[in-house]
Amino acid sequence: MKRYDLIIVGAGPAGLSAAIEAAKRGMNVVVFDENEKPGGQLFKQIHKFFGSKEHKARIRGFVIGQQLLDEADALGVQVILNATVIGLYQDKEITVKTGEEIQHFKGDAVIIATGAAENMVTFDGWTLPGVIGAGAAQTMMNLHGVKPGRKILMLGSGNVGLVVSYQLMQCGCEVVALVDAAPKVGGYGVHAAKIARTGVPFYLSHTIVRAEGEESVTGVVIAEVDEHFQFIPGTEKHFDVDTICLAVGLSPMSQLLKMAGCEMEDNPKRGGQVPVCDTWGETSLPGIYVAGDVSGIEEASSAMIEGRMAGVAVAEYLGYIEKGERDKELAHLQQALEGLRQGMFAPKNRGKQITETEEGIPVSVQLLKYGYVADDEIERYPGVTHKHGIHPVMECTQNIPCNPCQDVCPKKCISIGDNITSLPTIAEETECINCGMCVASCSGQAVFLVNEDCGDGTATVTLPYEFLPLPAIGTKGEGLGRNGKKVCEAEVIDVKSLKAFDKTNLLTIRVPKEYAMKARFFKKYA
Amino acid sequence: MEMRIDEHPILGVKEKGKLVTFTYDGKELQGYEGEPIAAALKASGVMVHRYTKKEHRPRGIFCAIGRCTDCVMVVDGVPNVRTCVTALKEGMQVCTQYGVSDKPFEDQ
Repeated sequence: MKRYDLIIVGAGPAGLSAAIEAAKRGMNVVVFDENEKPGGQLFKQIHKFFGSKEHKARIRGFVIGQQLLDEADALGVQVILNATVIGLYQDKEITVKTGEEIQHFKGDAVIIATGAAENMVTFDGWTLPGVIGAGAAQTMMNLHGVKPGRKILMLGSGNVGLVVSYQLMQCGCEVVALVDAAPKVGGYGVHAAKIARTGVPFYLSHTIVRAEGEESVTGVVIAEVDEHFQFIPGTEKHFDVDTICLAVGLSPMSQLLKMAGCEMEDNPKRGGQVPVCDTWGETSLPGIYVAGDVSGIEEASSAMIEGRMAGVAVAEYLGYIEKGERDKELAHLQQALEGLRQGMFAPKNRGKQITETEEGIPVSVQLLKYGYVADDEIERYPGVTHKHGIHPVMECTQNIPCNPCQDVCPKKCISIGDNITSLPTIAEETECINCGMCVASCSGQAVFLVNEDCGDGTATVTLPYEFLPLPAIGTKGEGLGRNGKKVCEAEVIDVKSLKAFDKTNLLTIRVPKEYAMKARFFKKYA
Repeated sequence: MEMRIDEHPILGVKEKGKLVTFTYDGKELQGYEGEPIAAALKASGVMVHRYTKKEHRPRGIFCAIGRCTDCVMVVDGVPNVRTCVTALKEGMQVCTQYGVSDKPFEDQ
């Protein structure tokens, strides 16, 4: 039986990060993963990440995945793929199935970083071909280059449902509606807003009654639900779709830990059955650690930090570093992790009713109910100001840990301050040079450059655009409002696609000046 | 192959393997070597991968990561092959699975 200093189960963001920290300190590390390729879900994440520089903010997930792989590779981390760990026994022995073979391995320490599995809901017809998980949609379109369907209804308005809906549109599918039984959008408002402004309707307090079709999905019926999640008769709505996508949450894949005899708890704030563990991931069994979603559902950004923490903690546990060094490293990582666990969407705030921002501004009711901030609500946020000439309009209305806009502005027009969740403010005395970096760098696509009065009765709006085909200069069409409905005529007068924008194109449209604060998307005439 | 994404605004043009021919219930179809069988079928518009043993209900791709086993088919005579995580090869014989057989229920 082969022995290692450290065995890691799962080569996703947490497992790879743990492997990197351990290998850096001279440990003999192996990572097993059941998939054909490493990286976990990172290679399916094509949006720019939130956070600050240390969290790899404004870098797209698949790029972060490649960086992690390169780093692990350079350190000589051995990653064994197509290898399913099927057992974790006493004395840190594991059984691994590869093909038809089962092998035993032993580690002086084990880190479980198995991630999470998608939850499902049942309704009439839910087993029909065409009903798929949101993860399946991401896998099909972003890894395999195949559209999951033509016309799709998304169930679930958490970040997964929102991000995947947007990705479906990016690859050329039509999203007919976004539906959630909850009364409020669950994910980031900015993710919702970038979908709503393209014209996708949101149906909160609605869920699926049935999927229609004999051999595969041909349609879907949704209906409104009351506060007890019971259907309200007479509220049924029908959509012709060939695909229904389910994004109804994730559950930790903690079975190996339970099997090993770790103390477990049922913790709804962490997503279900999770191991009891300390801040750097050690479970009730000495030498068995956890990192990432398996110990509580969060984001890939936090999984990477948790992985690093577990790697450092194991290095000390096995005597590769001193306690002093460990504590110094862990304190630094803990600070980075705390930075991500702030704001309205922090794990500690799950399930809480939040009515005001940290600044004391009422949250947008429309945003939570329909996915967009209403025209009469937008003016109350500090990033939305008016001045002569081109200036940024930051439609950032929720406290999310994210600050690239502040870092990228060369003229320091935008300020968030030291509190990473604060809403951005505009510095009065500075002058915007129309470089576009704030628009391209906002992971939530919530920044616009607006010239409210060009002097000829028109205004210009520069907006982020991540779809194909990219409209050419001179293209005429409709300016759509935040709600995705036509507000005015619009013409594309500039298109910028710089390398520094990282695939976020900047489209500048000319609109009648009374729509400067209303037009937020462009749709070419059919 | 209208279900293929020719060019993606973020991912660009995907590098594909060699174009290969395989059969689906005896019909010739094409796909790219190394992609999951399920991806090649989806690109050709195939939705139903199998029918359940007891109630003969259709099933197709559900999780796409080898976990749920909804997409299993009979591949080169072997039943219960997870098509979403099995790489396509030239000449593969992929058949709809009825229960655990490639024969329709009325012929079993």
